Amino acid sequence: MSVEAREARQPWILLSPALGAVALLLFVPLLFIVVYSFWLRTSTGADQVGFYLENWQEVLSDAFYRDILLNTLRIAAITTVVCALMGYPAAYFIARSSGNKAILLLLLMLPFWISYIIRTMSWINILGVSGAFNTFMLWIGIIDEPLQMLYNQTTVILGLVHFLLPFMVLNVFVSLDGIDTNLEDAANSLGATRWQAFVQVTLPLSLPGLAAGGLLCFVLGAGTYITPLVLGGPRDAMFANLVFEAIITQLNWPLGSALSLMLLAVLGALVLIYNRYLGMAQLMKGLG
Amino acid sequence: MTDKMDNTTRLERMRERYMNGDLDRRSFLGLIGAAGLAYGVQTPFAKYANAQTVSQVRFDGWGGVVSEAFRKHAFDPYTAATGINVVDGTFGGPDEYISRIKAGQEGEYNIAHLSGVFDYARYHNLGFSSVLNEDNIPNLKYVIPKLVDVFRKVTDGKLSCVPYDYGTTGLAYNRKYISDDEMKEKGAKILIDEGHKGKIAGWGDWRTRIWFASLQTGQDPNGATDMEAVWDAIRTHRDLSLKYWGSGAELMSLLAEEEIHVTEGWSGRIFALQEQGHDIGYMDPPNGYGWQECLFVIKGSPMEACEELLNFMLDPATSIAVAEGQNYPPALDPTKVDLGAKIPTLPAFDPTGTLANLTFADPAYWNENEQEWTKTFGRVQKGY
Repeated sequence: MSVEAREARQPWILLSPALGAVALLLFVPLLFIVVYSFWLRTSTGADQVGFYLENWQEVLSDAFYRDILLNTLRIAAITTVVCALMGYPAAYFIARSSGNKAILLLLLMLPFWISYIIRTMSWINILGVSGAFNTFMLWIGIIDEPLQMLYNQTTVILGLVHFLLPFMVLNVFVSLDGIDTNLEDAANSLGATRWQAFVQVTLPLSLPGLAAGGLLCFVLGAGTYITPLVLGGPRDAMFANLVFEAIITQLNWPLGSALSLMLLAVLGALVLIYNRYLGMAQLMKGLG
Repeated sequence: MTDKMDNTTRLERMRERYMNGDLDRRSFLGLIGAAGLAYGVQTPFAKYANAQTVSQVRFDGWGGVVSEAFRKHAFDPYTAATGINVVDGTFGGPDEYISRIKAGQEGEYNIAHLSGVFDYARYHNLGFSSVLNEDNIPNLKYVIPKLVDVFRKVTDGKLSCVPYDYGTTGLAYNRKYISDDEMKEKGAKILIDEGHKGKIAGWGDWRTRIWFASLQTGQDPNGATDMEAVWDAIRTHRDLSLKYWGSGAELMSLLAEEEIHVTEGWSGRIFALQEQGHDIGYMDPPNGYGWQECLFVIKGSPMEACEELLNFMLDPATSIAVAEGQNYPPALDPTKVDLGAKIPTLPAFDPTGTLANLTFADPAYWNENEQEWTKTFGRVQKGY
């Protein structure tokens, strides 16, 4: 074998474990889900093997699924905007701080050391009728009886923001950290105020990071089911809860497969649009 | 002296040949890959060959105080007596558990603490039932005959489970906000009472919701004829509710933290709250939801070890200890076994052993409508 041929093969040899893992753990299960989506659930709960389009017809034509999907996208969009508004100043502060940057980044990563479910459930102890907030407000005499703050859409969004904010901050931070601060100084020396320099120089240059953080928050937010389950009320279900119900409660794996593929298609389309206009490089930087 | 030819020795020899240049790299990697493949393929089947030497049995139940009672009073003593380890897992409900069994391998799950004859029938219809050798479970003679007979009817006279306990899903209310008199007056309709809006909850289980909606609309819970009225009652309950709870722990937390004033609840869990000092009342309305739980042995399990565990658990001493721990009366017949002082004080306890005062879910009625009602309930639950 020639040296060139060996060199050409080398990357593939090195990549093969990762490619094998992706194929086995992602594409093969996905293929199973695709196949399942064309089967049918019988009245006993067993699956009827074959090629049936009923699940897809139901998922694509039933207004119930469309409404829940739109509601899910709306909640994910609100969460993303809140994360951007809260995350950008935090990321800016970290990027421009001198000396304690590593500590601040470590603090940002700290929540990841605690289970997502535990973090979500912690809001019950904070906002519950007997929680810390109500207890404190009652103690200082601002309220006479506890406020009912849990189990609504606001608490679902709050829980999602709590979960997703670090992803936004990290992505924006990576973007801001890569911007040469001399550019702002140059703008200032040319007569721009600090605010103008930020709006016309720093903000546009950091937009890819903001977009990458936004994409991550949106995709992760739209796919969650734990948060609405723990912090939501009866009407606050999201699309992933439908998948959970179809598969777990109704034992309808074929319908659940069609639903999960639909969610995957919608979120996948979003990622493709992002990739078309902004590219995946920024996202990779943020994740790295 | 020669090395024992085990897999490690074989691989070491092969590596030595490769290092000495007797084996080229391609052959070496190929043989390593083949060995890995062979190991991966044979391993799932190897456990069946080892089935004769059972070292552990897996048990799945409802978690919380129930699992604690099982662990303390049954599994640990069983392990000490037999050397067989009991691995206990939990589930949120039998629906979720079916999915796990379906996704798992035969023999992976062994014994489940199922609720209701309808679940027994459903598991049987899905092909998950086994056939118990009752000779290995002599303590079955202590069990209330009515509880055994209903299971036999489903599985052609044979058993895939042993009944273990029974209880009710009744109305649980905080006496600080709702009096006993108000409960007596309103019964199941308290769950759709506007006066308690935002302080009502309910289990997000389709059967329970339909059962209580049937009571609220004055219908037979095992034969509702006006389902539209039932769905409307469920919608009303949904709109007045703070939350659907999903586990016994969540039920107890919502009541104990006073997030809610009234919900339906599991008798044993409410008794546990009362034992903890919470002033929570409990009432079974007329035609309240009675259920019996069983220990179901899943197809593919090591039968003798499972039967031994079931017999151990039905031993009056074990059964009474577990019942006192989990606060549900045992399936033991009180006319045959002295159940001690605490059990007669538990909610739902029937001293006659006939269970004539409890209304159980009719498996035929519920399983026949399951597919349609789970789907409709899923929508109603979300505001439709």
